Amino acid sequence: MAKNNIEKVEIQEEDTQKGRFLTFKLGDEVFSLEIKYVTEIVGIQPITKIPEVPDYVKGIINLRGKIIPVVDVRIKFKKEPIAYDERTCIIVVDIEDMSVGLIVDNVSEVVTIKEENIAPPPSYKTGFQNRYIKGIGKSKDGVKLLLDCNKLLTDEEKQEISDIEI
Amino acid sequence: MTEDFNNYSEPMLEMFMFETNQSMEQLEEILLNIESNSKITDDDINEIFRIMHTIKGSSSMMMFGNISKLTHSLEDLFYFIRENKVYSLDLTKLSDLVFSTIDFISLEISKIEKGEEPDGDEGSLTSQIKDYLNSLKEDNPTGEIILSEDENQHENFISKEGITENSIKYIAKIFFQEDCKMENMRAFTLLRDMEEYISDVSHIPEDLFDDNDASEKIAKEGFSISFVSEENYEKVFSLLKDGMFVELVELEEIEIEDYKLSDSEIKEDDLEEDASSGIKKNVNNSFSLNKNKNIISVNVEKMDMLMDLVGEIVITESMVTKNPELKNLELESFNKAARQLRKLNNELQDIVMSIRMIQIGPTFHKMHRIVRDMNKQLGKNTKLEISGEETEVDKNIIDTLGEPLMHLIRNSLDHGIESKEERIAKGKDERGLISLDAINTGGDVVISIQDDGKGLDRNKIIEKASKNNLLTKSPEDMSDKEVFSLIFLPGFSTKENITEYSGRGVGMDVVKRSIEKVGGNIQIESEMDEGTTISIKIPLTLAIIDGMKISVGESIFTVPTTTIKESFKARKEDLIKDASDNEMIMIRGDAYPVVRLHDVFNLKSETEDIMEGILVMVETEETSYCLFADEILGEQQVVVKPIPGYLRQYKVKDSGVAGCAILGNADISLILDISGIANEYI
Repeated sequence: MAKNNIEKVEIQEEDTQKGRFLTFKLGDEVFSLEIKYVTEIVGIQPITKIPEVPDYVKGIINLRGKIIPVVDVRIKFKKEPIAYDERTCIIVVDIEDMSVGLIVDNVSEVVTIKEENIAPPPSYKTGFQNRYIKGIGKSKDGVKLLLDCNKLLTDEEKQEISDIEI
Repeated sequence: MTEDFNNYSEPMLEMFMFETNQSMEQLEEILLNIESNSKITDDDINEIFRIMHTIKGSSSMMMFGNISKLTHSLEDLFYFIRENKVYSLDLTKLSDLVFSTIDFISLEISKIEKGEEPDGDEGSLTSQIKDYLNSLKEDNPTGEIILSEDENQHENFISKEGITENSIKYIAKIFFQEDCKMENMRAFTLLRDMEEYISDVSHIPEDLFDDNDASEKIAKEGFSISFVSEENYEKVFSLLKDGMFVELVELEEIEIEDYKLSDSEIKEDDLEEDASSGIKKNVNNSFSLNKNKNIISVNVEKMDMLMDLVGEIVITESMVTKNPELKNLELESFNKAARQLRKLNNELQDIVMSIRMIQIGPTFHKMHRIVRDMNKQLGKNTKLEISGEETEVDKNIIDTLGEPLMHLIRNSLDHGIESKEERIAKGKDERGLISLDAINTGGDVVISIQDDGKGLDRNKIIEKASKNNLLTKSPEDMSDKEVFSLIFLPGFSTKENITEYSGRGVGMDVVKRSIEKVGGNIQIESEMDEGTTISIKIPLTLAIIDGMKISVGESIFTVPTTTIKESFKARKEDLIKDASDNEMIMIRGDAYPVVRLHDVFNLKSETEDIMEGILVMVETEETSYCLFADEILGEQQVVVKPIPGYLRQYKVKDSGVAGCAILGNADISLILDISGIANEYI
């Protein structure tokens, strides 16, 4: 019985999270992430470098005793890296039980985008980052690129992980 | 087992699974004993009977009908054996039946653990047991007679045993809480809880399980019991009163003549009734055991959380006591208090660590069963010898060890130990030997699996490896050790024909990987026709290690203190270079390679002049070498955290990083993998 209640609460929670997106900026472009993946947002932290990783994996941070790898989304999207400042944020996302921090220029707001306002992603040829876009959301203050959180960290990398895990 | 039931009985379910698993292990041990001694003792029979009875009760309480039916039939069987003193038993058949029962129950339990319905069909097994019981009855015709006379026998038996000078007879009537449901189970549980204090029990309703109205009757009329106890009235009353769901207790002390419930009220049920006396008989043994084991079981998740918390406290403590804002302040009493805090923290840490340590014995003993089953299957005669079972290892490590060990034992038995004929032809003892050993070597535990089988065939391995394109250098240049380690490569399997037990080509590489997952390593030594020894070296604990902090540029690395031999400043005249321009240093006549950490990790360091920095000599199993760093920062206990899952896709692990540690100032330091660096860069 207790379990059922919990499930209900979870469902409700999911409902309130549905259609809600966290938007952040890389330069002038606005991206957004489904809010259900986001566990918290922290300012930039001292990062410990890790050997033998691609350049967009900046290293690991200590988040209250938990060690979390951080990925610079700028570099991941093959944009010019910029120096981190007090506006730089780390969005901690939880995907398939893995916590990863995404370094972005700054976080703007949480918006609700209805399903009917989401257009399919653009053709793959138009830019490297587009492979991580799962839709384009229209809201009253402009167009937002909806990131596919799974793909952002899974995609080719996740493929490698599953190869390893087998 | 309705959904509802599962939900509100979570802790009970957990307890049930825990107890049943333990009973299964115990049962397995008894059986293996019986098999190795080729005889069954009264104690064994009683013990098996008792275990079956307990599981029957608890499983029917949890409403797992199939388990309770199966255990019931086995209980019947052992009841018959016990009561009729049947000793001319077909032990193989008997132990097969019990082993099958263990397997069935274990399977069902694992289903329950996964949250599935335990829906296995016990029917065929139950009927096998019943058939066997019937055949026993035929062979022991006296059995029937005894059974029918059982009522009297039973009473005599009880009167003799239960009543002593100090015994007081009681009659009690118990009412359970109105909405407690399953009154028959409550009654049964109550009886079981009282077991150790009371004897010569009879109760109404007589039959708690097969009588469908029992619950109703108890709910309406109460549960009447008569029993004998050495405890005084108050004690007995409070015992009854404290029972689960008990609402009301009417307790009466009575004269010895009429302490039994009147005959008309009791319909004698041979089995159920005797079951309780059977338990009683064993109470003395099992109770004294329980007394020694003053142990509670704790959820591992809670342990992990506690461990994490302690780690945090250790870190926070140095964040507070070494806070830069305290610099240059005169803080005598603060420092005193801080020292006390540190001391307490250390103690706390030690205790938490020790809680997590458990003996490796049970994991080892599980292997007996595998050896037994495989011996049977393959027609081999192999003995498993176990030593070092009291060695303690971190709980998490023990959990990961089971599977690999099982695999290795199977491999040894299947591929290592030769058939009887072959062994005799080779002049070996017909009986093969596998020894399983664990020793604590300080920082690590070494587990070795040794067999006296045919050993690894170097040529066969090379042939196989080249066929699968696994060779990286020419076979002539490879040492035996290198050749043998080929079998740990994915996709390698020397056995031509695949058997049920091993050799699906997924074996050894999986073993290797699970061992590495807990920070261990595995090595293999083998001598043709002499046998094979596989050694697994694993860290004692994953959680906290003593480390030496060294700095390279802005990065801080932690070197496990156990690997450090010495540290020193280099002198120019000791430096040499070998033919391929690798740096070496001469220490007391030996040349050691130098590994520059800033090169290895591509870091900007303070100095590249070997005379200015510091050299730390470290040693691994195979070699010693010197690490070059900027300076040594000091020793610290660090909490080891694994490299985050996301990073496992990259080659971080192969690059010489064993894990991460959080330092006192909340910075992260990478823990160096000393043998990894040796393999990679020397």
